[in-house]
Amino acid sequence: MTSRVKSLTKILSSVVLTLLGLSIVTFLIGRVMPVDPVIAAVGDNAPEEVIVRVRAEMGLDQPLVVQYLHYLGQVLHGDFGMSVLTKNPVAVDIARVFPATLELATGALLLAALIGIPLGVWAAVRQGRLVDQIIRIVCLAGHSVPVFVLSLLSLLIVYAKLGLAPGPGRQDILYDGMITPVTGLLSIDTLLAGDLGAFCDALAHMAQPVIILAYFSMAYITRMTRAFMIDALKGEYVITARAAGLTGTRVVWGHAFPNVAVQLVTVLALTYAGLLEGAVVSETVFSWPGLGRYLTNALMNGDMNPVVSATLLIGTIYVGLNLLADLLYRLLDPRVT
Amino acid sequence: MLAEIDNLRISFPTPSGFYEAVRGVSLKLGQEKLGIVGESGSGKSLTARALMRLLPSQARIEADTLRFDGIDILSASEQQMRAVRGKRAGFILQDPKYSLNPVKSIGALVAEVWRLHKGGSRREAMEAAINLLEQVKIRDPHRVAKSYPHEISGGMGQRVMIAMMLAPDPEMLIADEPTSALDATVQAEILRLIEELVSERGMGLLLISHDLPLVSHFCDRVMVMYAGRVVEELAASELSSAHHPYTRGLLDCIPSLSRPQERLSVLNRDPAWANP
Repeated sequence: MTSRVKSLTKILSSVVLTLLGLSIVTFLIGRVMPVDPVIAAVGDNAPEEVIVRVRAEMGLDQPLVVQYLHYLGQVLHGDFGMSVLTKNPVAVDIARVFPATLELATGALLLAALIGIPLGVWAAVRQGRLVDQIIRIVCLAGHSVPVFVLSLLSLLIVYAKLGLAPGPGRQDILYDGMITPVTGLLSIDTLLAGDLGAFCDALAHMAQPVIILAYFSMAYITRMTRAFMIDALKGEYVITARAAGLTGTRVVWGHAFPNVAVQLVTVLALTYAGLLEGAVVSETVFSWPGLGRYLTNALMNGDMNPVVSATLLIGTIYVGLNLLADLLYRLLDPRVT
Repeated sequence: MLAEIDNLRISFPTPSGFYEAVRGVSLKLGQEKLGIVGESGSGKSLTARALMRLLPSQARIEADTLRFDGIDILSASEQQMRAVRGKRAGFILQDPKYSLNPVKSIGALVAEVWRLHKGGSRREAMEAAINLLEQVKIRDPHRVAKSYPHEISGGMGQRVMIAMMLAPDPEMLIADEPTSALDATVQAEILRLIEELVSERGMGLLLISHDLPLVSHFCDRVMVMYAGRVVEELAASELSSAHHPYTRGLLDCIPSLSRPQERLSVLNRDPAWANP
């Protein structure tokens, strides 16, 4: 028990250190950007004394260390500064755009895992057979066709030609402003509001980007599951399970798969983090007001605070999901203490 | 007759055609203890695995007869095979470090097999598992049932393996080098345990090993395999009067206190033995 407490303390302290390092890196990114935040705020034609005054107001005349500590203090208080572009506090902006990405990423990950894991296991069990080859080709396509090609094709065929799904955006104009945001996740907020029509509309809008992102992630999850599973099926304990008379399904899912689950957790965590980073391309093609678009927009306009804050958020997500994976190992594998 | 094998051939595909690893092995096993000895690659494990159809899917198995208690293994359906595996014939693998599933507790492993073949509730299965752990002489079975394979010693792991395979009360036990991964002192304990359980339950035993004196000590009959063939078969008591030069060579290689040798003999092999 004490060894468990010890290892948990070790993990948590490494998480804190990583986060501190992350904050230093994001802070420095903000300082080395070839954009003068003062000029970005006051404009090119501002007189010299205004520039000097604003520079002092923004604290940019202080030594870097002082600036960093000041920044850290603000971040710890949830103050990420203002966005020059939207004239909103960055925290408010991110609270608005992040749920849109969260909804897309979570939907895509669930779909990808639910299909990808069984497909990977199936391919491993039938290694070298026709099914394996078909799954291989399906995954190869998912990996190699660029997301924007699939997205544009999907819009052209499913939306424009067939009219099976709504076009870009998160919801129909009909429901615009009708749903009070609670979680920011439209699929949940519409249910909370009890508006079934709006709920269906939200799901319909999600369908295309979610399926395309899921296909991309599924390709990876399937390949990894297949590789892990082929390895696990070579284990002597699989022969033991078969020798004991267990059915094939039970040997595969009850004995080999639990050994793979640990490795899959890492794959899923990293996939999820990658999706949460904001799929810039999908968000652009589908006019999805998410984190990826917000970040690129800010970057293009030299709006520094959102860029730094979004980078910090994405980094924190990676650290958080890695921590979660680390904790899950402990649950899934008795050998890890 | 529990196991009946006649002219068994097992081959594997290689880039240059099929390679025959087992070349015409025949044996019969009733309620007795038969030992198979031979060096690595002699085909002894493959022969045993073929009897339970546990070979990799690319292996090609041919035989004039391959039967377990009258059931034709070659033509049996997967369902018929599952009725043989575990339930009627247990199979003990070499190294418990690899042959026990690392993410399952000992109790769960034994209970699962018991429940599969005997039915009953989870609680009953766990009680039966603890009872079985007691039967294989594990002290403190309640604690061991809760632990995981990496937390127990090799000797104890092999006892757990035996408990798993005894759970369905099989008529035959195949032990594929059950002691070669264990310490010398533990080896004898495990073999004595197997022998005791086999005689107590009146099972047939197929003991595979590369340790000739050990096998002759525990078995009624001994088969010596070389390069995929049986070169000699004799009663364990007659081992000292073995004729085949390979068996003689194996016996000569064993250092003995009563018959000291200046220099231990070298095991000579004659290609002619492989193609009689």
